[in-house]
Amino acid sequence: MRAAIFYITLAGVLSATEPDLPRQAPPQWAARANPMVGNSRAQKAGAKLFERECAECHGAGAGGIGKAPSLRQAVVSKAKPGALYWIIENGAIYNGMPSFAHLPEPERWQIVTFLQSLNTR
Amino acid sequence: MEEPGNLEFAAKSITGQPPGGNRFFAVADEFEYGVQAWWTTEVYLDGQATNNDGAIFTGFRWENRLRVLPHEHWINPVFYFEFEDISGADKTLLEVVDHDSKSDLILSNAEARQEKQRELEAKLILSSYFKGWTIAENFIAEKNVVHAPFEFGYALGVSRPLALAARPERCNLCPENFQIGVEMYGGLGTHDDFGVHGTSQYVAPVMAWTLANGTMLGVSPGFGLTGPSTGFLLRLGVSYEVAQIGRKARNLFRAGGNQ
Repeated sequence: MRAAIFYITLAGVLSATEPDLPRQAPPQWAARANPMVGNSRAQKAGAKLFERECAECHGAGAGGIGKAPSLRQAVVSKAKPGALYWIIENGAIYNGMPSFAHLPEPERWQIVTFLQSLNTR
Repeated sequence: MEEPGNLEFAAKSITGQPPGGNRFFAVADEFEYGVQAWWTTEVYLDGQATNNDGAIFTGFRWENRLRVLPHEHWINPVFYFEFEDISGADKTLLEVVDHDSKSDLILSNAEARQEKQRELEAKLILSSYFKGWTIAENFIAEKNVVHAPFEFGYALGVSRPLALAARPERCNLCPENFQIGVEMYGGLGTHDDFGVHGTSQYVAPVMAWTLANGTMLGVSPGFGLTGPSTGFLLRLGVSYEVAQIGRKARNLFRAGGNQ
């Protein structure tokens, strides 16, 4: 019974926090525009970076694996680019996503450009 | 910090020849695992070979890094705790503290291994990222669990990739795959005798190359700046990360079980 309550609570916390991540970005970050929006080279470079940095957790097709959510969601494609940038920089370390602040700023924008080009399911 | 679930293997080697001593080659094999996004744990196995002497295993280290703050800031602190059980013959020079000097490297292996170094070490690692530059500072405090005073040391480093944006194509020689930088490290004495007087100090350019398959190669020639320092040290490193090793192992056993 206790285990059931624990897992239900855990599932609730995870489902409540992860889709909300873009909304947790501070307004000054969310307001930042993507300098590479619409740039096809940046999108391809972002796909390469995604494969190297993100695909092992979020899946090669970004469809999500286990605890790591699918990134083919409207909450991602419709998020403000600056909010996604903020998530990549800070991670969500108590939810299992590390910070990727070690990536230079242009590479983070390339990943954002790729993520927002994905078709949602 | 290592990403959770990932295991990185690394070999960190160093060679040098102290004046009046024999050339040595030491290596620390590192196994680094990301337990959580805020917690990384590592085990090192150390060994060395010295010309005209012999090759020996010199001990192990277990370290943990804990990220303190949930979000990025101008300066990002990470606490680092290590227990090491190594002998005095260890020459990996993963850190330089106290009045560590070239004379420590001259003793024969038989003599030096008599000294046991069971030590607790703490570091405060501060890192910043600014316009593609990574700036890192470590302050080291080390204490032998049985005797000896607190020993101090430091390391400072800056590095930057040759290009800040990635190229679309998969490549080994893309400029973003190369990192260059410089680091400075040395001892800071003990709590009774704090300071740089009589300590070893080094400056070392650092170059790293990450291949398209994720293998990283590094080289760092170090130059001694003070009398107690060894004149020249050459560090070579190679590392490879296996992402989500637990999941891969489970899949392997499941696949084996289905046959």
